[in-house]
Amino acid sequence: MSRKLYVNTTINGEEIEFLCEPRQSLLEVLRDDLEMTGTKEGCNDGNCGACNVIMDGVLMNSCLVLAAEAQNRNISTIEGLATPQGLHPLQQKFLENASLQCGVCTPGFLMAAKSLLDHNPDPTEHEVRHWLAGNLCRCTGYDKIVRAVCDAADVVKETA
Amino acid sequence: MSATSTSVNGNGKYKVIGTRPIRPDGVDKVTGRALYGIDMNLTGMLYGQILRSPHPHARIRGIDTSKAAALEGVRAVVTAKDLPPAGADEVISLVEGTFRLTHLRSNILAGDKVLYQGHSVAAVAATSLHIAEEALRLIEVDYEILPDVVDVVAAMQEDAPLLHDDLTTQEFGEDSGKKSNIASHIQFKLGDLEKGFAESDIIVEEEFNTASVHQGYIESHNATAEWKTDGQLTVWTSTQGAFGVQKQTAGILGIPVSKVKVVPMEIGGGFGGKIPVYLAPQAALLSKLTGRAVKIVMTRTDVFQSTGPTPASYVKVKLGADKTGKLLAAEANIAFAAGAFPGSPIGAGAVCVFSCYDIPNGLVNGYDVVLNKPRSAAYRAPGSTQVNFAVETLVDEIAEKLGMDPIEIRLLNAAEEGMRRVDGAVYPRIGCRETLEQARAHEHYQTPLTGPHRGRGIATGFWMNAGLKSTVTASVNEDGTVNLMEGSTDIGGSRASIAMQFAEVLGLPAEAINPMVGDTSSVGYTELTGGSRVTFATGWAAYEAANEVKRILITKAALYWEAKVEEVRFEDGDFIHASDPEKRLSFKELASHLVDLGGPVVGTGAVDPDSGVGGSFTTCLADVEVDPETGKVKILRFTMVQDAGTAIHPSYVEGQMQGGSAQGIGWALNEEYFYSEGRMKNASFLDYRMPTCLDLPMIETVIVEVPHPQHPFGVRGVGEASIVPPPAAIANAIYDAVGVRLRDLPMRPDRIFSACLEKQAATVAT
Repeated sequence: MSRKLYVNTTINGEEIEFLCEPRQSLLEVLRDDLEMTGTKEGCNDGNCGACNVIMDGVLMNSCLVLAAEAQNRNISTIEGLATPQGLHPLQQKFLENASLQCGVCTPGFLMAAKSLLDHNPDPTEHEVRHWLAGNLCRCTGYDKIVRAVCDAADVVKETA
Repeated sequence: MSATSTSVNGNGKYKVIGTRPIRPDGVDKVTGRALYGIDMNLTGMLYGQILRSPHPHARIRGIDTSKAAALEGVRAVVTAKDLPPAGADEVISLVEGTFRLTHLRSNILAGDKVLYQGHSVAAVAATSLHIAEEALRLIEVDYEILPDVVDVVAAMQEDAPLLHDDLTTQEFGEDSGKKSNIASHIQFKLGDLEKGFAESDIIVEEEFNTASVHQGYIESHNATAEWKTDGQLTVWTSTQGAFGVQKQTAGILGIPVSKVKVVPMEIGGGFGGKIPVYLAPQAALLSKLTGRAVKIVMTRTDVFQSTGPTPASYVKVKLGADKTGKLLAAEANIAFAAGAFPGSPIGAGAVCVFSCYDIPNGLVNGYDVVLNKPRSAAYRAPGSTQVNFAVETLVDEIAEKLGMDPIEIRLLNAAEEGMRRVDGAVYPRIGCRETLEQARAHEHYQTPLTGPHRGRGIATGFWMNAGLKSTVTASVNEDGTVNLMEGSTDIGGSRASIAMQFAEVLGLPAEAINPMVGDTSSVGYTELTGGSRVTFATGWAAYEAANEVKRILITKAALYWEAKVEEVRFEDGDFIHASDPEKRLSFKELASHLVDLGGPVVGTGAVDPDSGVGGSFTTCLADVEVDPETGKVKILRFTMVQDAGTAIHPSYVEGQMQGGSAQGIGWALNEEYFYSEGRMKNASFLDYRMPTCLDLPMIETVIVEVPHPQHPFGVRGVGEASIVPPPAAIANAIYDAVGVRLRDLPMRPDRIFSACLEKQAATVAT
């Protein structure tokens, strides 16, 4: 067995250290070692977006990032989206719009949408669809997801 | 954003039903806290992996697991030899499919033959997933490769390679004794077919083919098992039905159901695919050998190659009509690719094929055919979409030939109360006509479509919906809330729709109900989440439980007032003393006194309703634009109309309609198992192309409410019928756009492009 690597990183604002094998993905370490199972695995080959996290401001499929690459990075996961004060407007609008059915793709969609609003606070419907095209949802037909993201953008703009 | 959703809410009769509260499990699901099957983690847990056949058809001469077993970190390896001896065979019936125990057993660990690429051969448990994967590469299997067949028509031929030595055709329910890949041949007859065609002024007849498609749930199959030394086995899994997993697992392992507890975790999609067991028995065997919990999660490739697909089909339909467009005769020959083991939804296909129309003379022949593909599973309205594609295309052709509006011809022939279907069933009150009328009246249909290469199509679909067994137990809390334990796993918001029906009876706000999904040890027997049955049947159980709570609380109020039970009545959420109207207790007030009134109040609803044959009808409108240079189809606008009976939570009814529409669009245009040399070549989400949000417009919905005649709130299941008409509607729209009829699904760009070229060539030639 290969030697484990030491990694020091920041996840949801907290400094975290872990040991990992060189072959482990960030997704695997998040879920199996750090027990942060909010980030979901759908395909493990970068084609569904269920494992989306934001790393140094960039939206990533965490299944395509090696855990060792997390060294000195700043990572946001679904577990950090809400605060003790309440849900993020995206989460609130997903609930109000009934944007989830089974909910397993939801964390990935929320992180992708968060990344969108960070880059573009006033997206058109087409821009929302274009940005979220890396995320698969099989339950909703996307209608209510797109509406929730547009609604949340309005809230974020008002409170900015 | 264009597009609106419209509904006729609750027929105005209800307080809670028809509103849109936030789902009880919502916060957990938007914060990442909800625990799905894939999220299981137990102390000392081992990771399992499955070795799968690379060949579509081969005899297993031998398996050598010694090198794998010797790898550091590997704790156990199992093959079919480790299964307990097969007991008596049993047919397990689970709502949308029947499962023969011997077939389930051969499917989860192959015996002497592998029957498809991806067939499970051995299972390994190791201290890490990576070690388990390495171990798989060390297992040596000696295969004798056999000829394979993956095409349904080819598999039916006399000289086709046979999958099972002992399979003989069941001809109209009787064993024909004839060895064949045709597992069964069923037939429905109505009226006088020859007379019907003889009286017809116009007859159309065509052949259609549809490819295997997958349910495409985002969460992979998984199971975590812990088999303790006291003989008690616990399975945590993502399933549509915990009791079904219990029955199958116990049957395969040869132990009583009471020894198996199944805990249904949150489930990341199912659509019919998470009914059979694929992993629980192997995880259990590995746990027994190692004394540790074992978790197995499929890779996405395994999910495609080893689970699910809905049957590919060959469908030949002949329709006859008179000059006015009245359908007089209909004939269908339907062959479904069951996969490696019998059990495709051929019965459902044969029932659904002419279900939308009142046709006096009919004949339907259905064939269940085994071939070298994974065992097929239910997929949303199983069997209905394939046959609908054929019939709805031909109805469109008749309308065109007679110069009729496509909705008018459907209204002229629409199924109605009292009509006898080809399978003999007679419809009660149904909403087929209403969905057509709403579609015709919709702004979408009333707005002309303009522009080159653009077209509009319509189609109507049907699914029969199930009733069956459900249990709900309600306990009243002293703060006036209610804990609701129910047995239906929640795939799309059913905790909300069940709780709302409970709340309606007692005049409580939806938020006062705390619904929970029970495991097989904590709730009464409940059939799986499927057949569009949960809001109908488990909702009905909630209604019964609420009425029992109400009856008990009336006795408690009588006790409180020291009055006779007959003197207490329940009105608008309050308990009232009949002769002294000053005495009035709200549910919450009475609940706060329960501790002094003889203790706990628990109500149970245990039901087994017959849903009848009414089912749910859908009509959809599709506007498309075809790129003549590439054959690519863009969906410009899409509207789905469905009869929901009564919409309990309209947002989740719309959600079912929109989700089914998107799956139907994917089936129509992109999705297929692409085979070469018996092997699936596109087993990933990159190459198996499901619709993304960039491929779809907003999906407009119209909820029609023609109440179910028996259900206490008039609910009809809404989960499935929306997937049925989109392929035909899109095919009709493509014809309207570029004048070519597509008869094979998916309607890929290359097929449309070729059809356009052929049409051009034909035009030039004439």
